[in-house]
Amino acid sequence: MIVFEKPKALADVPLHYCPGCTHGIIHRLVAEVIDELGIEGKTVGVAPVGCSVFAYNYFNCDMIEAAHGRAPAVATGVKRSLPDNIVFTYQGDGDLAAIGTAETVHSAARGENITIIFVNNAIYGMTGGQMAPTTLPGQVTQTSPYGRNPEQVGLPVKVCELLSNVDGATYLERVAVNNVKNVKNAKKAIKKAFQNQLEGKGFSLVEVLSTCPTNWGLKPDKALEWLEENMIPYYPLGVYKDKTAEKEGE
Amino acid sequence: MAEKVLMKGNEALAEAAIMAGCRHYFGYPITPQTEIAAYMAKRMPVIGGTFLQAESEVAAINMIYGAAAAGKRAMTSSSSPGIALKSEGISYLAGSDLPALIINVQRGGPGLGGIQPSQSDYFQSTKSAGHGDFKLIVLAPASVQEMVDLTFKGFDLADKYRMPAMLLSDGTMGQMMEPVSLEMGEVKEYDKSSWAACGTKCEREHNVVNSLFIQPEELERYNFERYERYAQIEANEVMYDEYRMEDAEICIVAYGVAARVSQNAIDKAREAGIKVGMIRPITLWPFPKAVLNAAADKVKAFISVELSMGQMIEDVELAIRCKKPVLLCNRVGGMIPTTEDVLGSINKANSLGGDK
Amino acid sequence: MTHEILLAGFGGQGILFSGKFLAYDGLLEEKEVSWLPSYGPEMRGGTCNCSIILSDTKIGSPIVSNPNVLVAMNLPSLDKFEASAVPGAKIFVDSSLIDRKVERDDVEVYYIPATKLASDENLPGLANMIMIGHVIAKADVMPYENVEKTMKKLVPAKKANLIELNIKAVELGYNY
Repeated sequence: MIVFEKPKALADVPLHYCPGCTHGIIHRLVAEVIDELGIEGKTVGVAPVGCSVFAYNYFNCDMIEAAHGRAPAVATGVKRSLPDNIVFTYQGDGDLAAIGTAETVHSAARGENITIIFVNNAIYGMTGGQMAPTTLPGQVTQTSPYGRNPEQVGLPVKVCELLSNVDGATYLERVAVNNVKNVKNAKKAIKKAFQNQLEGKGFSLVEVLSTCPTNWGLKPDKALEWLEENMIPYYPLGVYKDKTAEKEGE
Repeated sequence: MAEKVLMKGNEALAEAAIMAGCRHYFGYPITPQTEIAAYMAKRMPVIGGTFLQAESEVAAINMIYGAAAAGKRAMTSSSSPGIALKSEGISYLAGSDLPALIINVQRGGPGLGGIQPSQSDYFQSTKSAGHGDFKLIVLAPASVQEMVDLTFKGFDLADKYRMPAMLLSDGTMGQMMEPVSLEMGEVKEYDKSSWAACGTKCEREHNVVNSLFIQPEELERYNFERYERYAQIEANEVMYDEYRMEDAEICIVAYGVAARVSQNAIDKAREAGIKVGMIRPITLWPFPKAVLNAAADKVKAFISVELSMGQMIEDVELAIRCKKPVLLCNRVGGMIPTTEDVLGSINKANSLGGDK
Repeated sequence: MTHEILLAGFGGQGILFSGKFLAYDGLLEEKEVSWLPSYGPEMRGGTCNCSIILSDTKIGSPIVSNPNVLVAMNLPSLDKFEASAVPGAKIFVDSSLIDRKVERDDVEVYYIPATKLASDENLPGLANMIMIGHVIAKADVMPYENVEKTMKKLVPAKKANLIELNIKAVELGYNY
């Protein structure tokens, strides 16, 4: 009896992520959902620029590599061309919440029927640990060596809270992958975000709080603790918007 | 011969795109090309296509990238400052070997510049439409009929060579009306199944549309391969038109509206007994080098007539290996050379000695 | 035979429409035709002009810099373009809006109070077509018998009353 196996939607290649990085878990959750919904053959994924830039090698569905921040625009082009296919983007915090803010907000405002997996680890990982739009106050990075100073650079962007004011968005949830319970919740949210698209319900975004042990300068287990103690209080988990529930409740 | 209709260049172009099978248009408003977007907004919903006004030029070109990656004929249009914003996406299209048609209805620059006709994006479109080594096929219409014909051609060439093509127009071509026939040949279909990201149906390996190659050897290989394709295009796809060149001693080189004005000047100069003709590039890239170089052995001088500070003139000088003098006749900022401006340059060229 | 026609006035006078009328007739007559408007912010209520070329031979520049037919429907237009007309050109002036005379003596000038006529004859906004009617009478830019056919080509059939009013305006100008 097979108790545990690699999801079919996940390619059988070594991932390049650092030891202890939670991107691998999030990739796996997305792939499991694609398997469970039986949509691999009609899914088109859009990879970002950032640590998950090579995501196009890791998913077995058709993949497109986007320019930095532009994944929601690319996904819009794909979805409008292939309305019966399933289109998702997989983006980090710099990609989605800094350079791609306009694309994020406007794809939500249009209610594009796409799914966005937003990985927030409060830092630019790929380029070696610079301050992100989601870097916490006081957090030390390569470009905030004395800690993020809100008086100079302002406060972090809270994406779910921001988008919850965008009428066009359908479903927004923030989850984390720091423990088993949270991972299970994360999968539920990701599945719902894909399910919504299958049912034509519109724009769904799942923000996943993730770790970056390398650039945080922490061991993997300490990184999970740091996420729990610092990120979750600043970025509370939960559903920020769910039009589908509102409708069901009516 | 189909019945001719009177249409504005921008609208004729938009209809031609639809007839060429384009069903996906993404754009952002900017003068003087807005008629294209307005036309698409009206027509696309009726024919089951997509018209989407993006939040920016940057988003629009990336939507084009998505639609092209999905294997669809896609088009965007803009004007000079907007094309500058699109240059990121244009480079990605080229780097990912994706076909698309980009329309530039040029206006004066730099900066916000003005909204009147210009040809000051010649360098931008033929040399440096974005970062990295790549080319665009650049088509330069000089009539409303060519706005139609070259739109059709542009889609075909883009698909044939898997690369972006640009129609380099200007405010005059976009705004003017002329009789035009919308009868075009068959739309040739190209098989995109080997690369388009449109779902594997779990029947094949996944397709990846991508321009990232971390291994320098691999990236170098792709660049060389791409330039082999460009060499084929230079060998096979050059287009130009000759006007009264049979016995010409002076050769004007001009495209778009500058060529139209030059035609008037040539007729007038001929009345005065000056033997002048014109080679009008229709493809700015590939540039009609061979015919110009051949002409250099017959004429005593060239005149590059442009709505720029002198951009195409560099390609003329290169093409003729500087064998003969090349004069510049130009107006900029939205001004258009008059017949008299061009006649002045013709007289100047005529007064040059020559070893002919 | 080539006519280089420049129509000029301010936005809202129907300058572009009346230019289209001449262009459509050229199309029906299978002439070479070009129609080029000025464009941009000046169109929003400011000055507006339109170049039309009708020719038996291939048209070079679509820009009319030296018209042989000039229609001026406001003073700034006459001020701007009077000097550019070729010697012998025909200049048409809406005398209800322009209170000065054409200064040149090497051109033929026709004064017609088109805006006043339009108002008197209950043809609101059709001073442009009254001007065109007069141009047809004096400048041989199109055969008068084509007016109805061309108007029907230009204006959609569902706007039948507009066709009628426009034709009436052209007639009025033609017979003035």
